[in-house]
Amino acid sequence: MGHFFSYIVEPGLLSSGPVRTALLVGTVVAVTSGVVGVLTVIRGQSFAGHSLADVATTGGAGAFLAGLNQFWGFLIAGVAGAAIMELIGVQRRRGRDVATGVVLGAALGGAALFLYLGTQTSSTTGASFTILFGSMFVISPDTVPALIASGVVALAVIAVLSRVLLLTSLSPELAAARGVPVRAVGIAYLVALAVAVSLSAVVIGAVLSTALLIGPAATSLRVAKRPSRAMLAAALIGTAATWLGILLAYDSYYWPPAGHGWPVSFFVVALVVVGYLLSYVRRPRRDRRARVAGQAQEEAPTQEAGACSPA
Amino acid sequence: MTAEKTAETTSQAEAPAGHDLLRLENIGVRLGGRQILTGVSFTVAPGQFTGLIGPNGAGKTTLLRVILGLTPPTEGRVLLNGSPRPRHGGRLIGYVPQKLAIDQDVPLRARDVVALGIDGHKLGFPLPSAKRKDQVNEALRAVGAESYADARIGELSGGEQQRVLIAHALIGKPKLLLLDEPLANLDLKSEQGIVSVLARLAREQRIAVLISAHDLNPLLRETDTVVYVAGGRAAAGPTDEVIRTEVLSALYGSHVDVLNVRGRIIVIAGDEQQEPQAHHPTDTGVIIGLDRN
Repeated sequence: MGHFFSYIVEPGLLSSGPVRTALLVGTVVAVTSGVVGVLTVIRGQSFAGHSLADVATTGGAGAFLAGLNQFWGFLIAGVAGAAIMELIGVQRRRGRDVATGVVLGAALGGAALFLYLGTQTSSTTGASFTILFGSMFVISPDTVPALIASGVVALAVIAVLSRVLLLTSLSPELAAARGVPVRAVGIAYLVALAVAVSLSAVVIGAVLSTALLIGPAATSLRVAKRPSRAMLAAALIGTAATWLGILLAYDSYYWPPAGHGWPVSFFVVALVVVGYLLSYVRRPRRDRRARVAGQAQEEAPTQEAGACSPA
Repeated sequence: MTAEKTAETTSQAEAPAGHDLLRLENIGVRLGGRQILTGVSFTVAPGQFTGLIGPNGAGKTTLLRVILGLTPPTEGRVLLNGSPRPRHGGRLIGYVPQKLAIDQDVPLRARDVVALGIDGHKLGFPLPSAKRKDQVNEALRAVGAESYADARIGELSGGEQQRVLIAHALIGKPKLLLLDEPLANLDLKSEQGIVSVLARLAREQRIAVLISAHDLNPLLRETDTVVYVAGGRAAAGPTDEVIRTEVLSALYGSHVDVLNVRGRIIVIAGDEQQEPQAHHPTDTGVIIGLDRN
C-alpha cells in the first residue's frame, strides 16, 4: 500500500515550492470559477465568459509585450471587455451575443499581434504557450497575494448579490419591478466574471480558462437542486480536477515522449470533461417523480375552487 | 359557506369611493415618438378582480409597466392608496411576469422561487429559518402548489409556473396583484385553475387582482369589472356596461358588434389597426364570450 501510494504521489511532491504555490492558487481559482460559473450558466452567459477569455488573451499578450505580469494584463483587459460588452450590448440577450461577437474578433487579432511582437523581441516561445495554455508551476510567488485577493473580491461580489442575481436571472422585469437596479447588477456580475476568467487564465491559460469556469458548473447543475449546493459542488469539482491535474502533471515528468512532463492544463481540462461525462451516467430521478405527482394533484385545487364559486 | 362569501363580496362592493387602492388619472404614454396610451383613467378597490382586456399590442403591458413604475407616464398620474406611487419597490404591488427567462437546468426549486419573493431584492444571502419556511409553505398552499414545491422550476408546466409566480408575489403580502397575460399559452384546465386561485385570493384576502388578457372568456366567471384597452384608449367599469356596442365602437373607432348568443356574449371588432390573430376563432377580430352560468 505504501509502495502504491508513493508510486501515485511522487516523493517530494508537497515539499516542492512551485507545487505548493500551484495547489494554493489552483484551489482559489477553482473555487472562484466554480461559484461564478454556476451563475454564468444560470444566466445563460457562457458565451460572454468565452469572449472575456479571448479579450483576456489580448491583455495577457499585451502585458507580455510590455514586460508586465500576465495576470494584470488578463484582469485589466477582462474588466475593460466586460464594460464594453455591457455598453454596446442592449438589454436583449440576443443583442448581447452580437455585441460580444464584435468585441471578440478584434481582441484575438490583437492577441496575435502582441504575441508575435513579444516573441520577436524577447525571443522566447515559452511565454506564448504560458499565456495561451497556462503553466501552474511557473506562477510567480509575488503574484500569489494578488491572485488570492482577486478571488476573494469576486466571491464577495457574488455573495452580496446572490439573491439579486437569481431574481434578475428569473425575470429581469420582475426584478426591476421590485426596485432592483438590473443593469448595475449585471455590470457587477460581469466584473466578477472577468476576475474569475483572469484567474483561470493564470492557472490553465487564457484559451482554456472557460473550461474551469463552465465545466464544473455545468456538471454541478446536473446533480444539485439548489444554487448554493451547485456552487459548493462546482467549487469541489474544480478543486478536485485541479489537484488531480497537478498530481498527474508531476507524475508525468517521466512519461514519454519528452520526459519533461505534460502540461497541467491538459490534465485539468481532461478531468473536468470526465466529470461532466460522469454526470450523464447517473442523474437523480427525483425531479421527474415530483413532476408526475404534481401533475396528478394539479386538478385538486381547481375542483375545490370551482365548488366555492357562486352558482 | 357560499352565503358567507356572497356577504363578503357585497360588503366589498360597498367600500367608500374615497378608498380606492389604485387610481389612474388621465394616463398618457408616448414611447419613441408613438402615442401608446391616451387619457386612461380607472380605479381598483381592495378585493376587486379586474380584467385588463384588449387585443395584442393594444398597450396592456405598457399600462402594467406604468402602474409598476417601470415606464413613466408622459401625462397623468398613478395613485396607490391615495398617494403617488414610490418610484420603485413599493411592496403594495405584487407582480407576476408572463414567463420566466430560465432553462430547465437551473437548480431552483419552486420553493426557492417563492422564497425570493420575501427578500430577493436584498443584498447578502438569507439564513434558513423555520419562520421563512412556514411563510413559503403558506404561500405555496394558498395557490395549490405544495405538491411540486421541491421540483425544479424549469421543469414545471406553464400553469404550475404561474402558480409558483403568484405565490412568489403573494409572499410579500401585496394589496394589489398585477398579472401580465398569465393565461397565455395555458390549456383550458390550467386557465380555470389559475383564475379560481386568483378569485379566491381576492375574496378571502381582499387582494385586488388586475389581470391582463387578450381574451376575456376565461375570466368572465370571476371578474367584477373590466378595463378594455383598444386603440390607445381604455373603457372601465362593470363588465356588462363596458362590453357593449357603443362603448367598444368608440374605443376602436370603428363599428363593433357585441352579440349575445345563448348567454354568451361575442365581440366582433373588425379593426385594420390591430395585428391579425391567427390563433383566434376569427381572423378579422376579437371574440369575447360572456358566460354567466
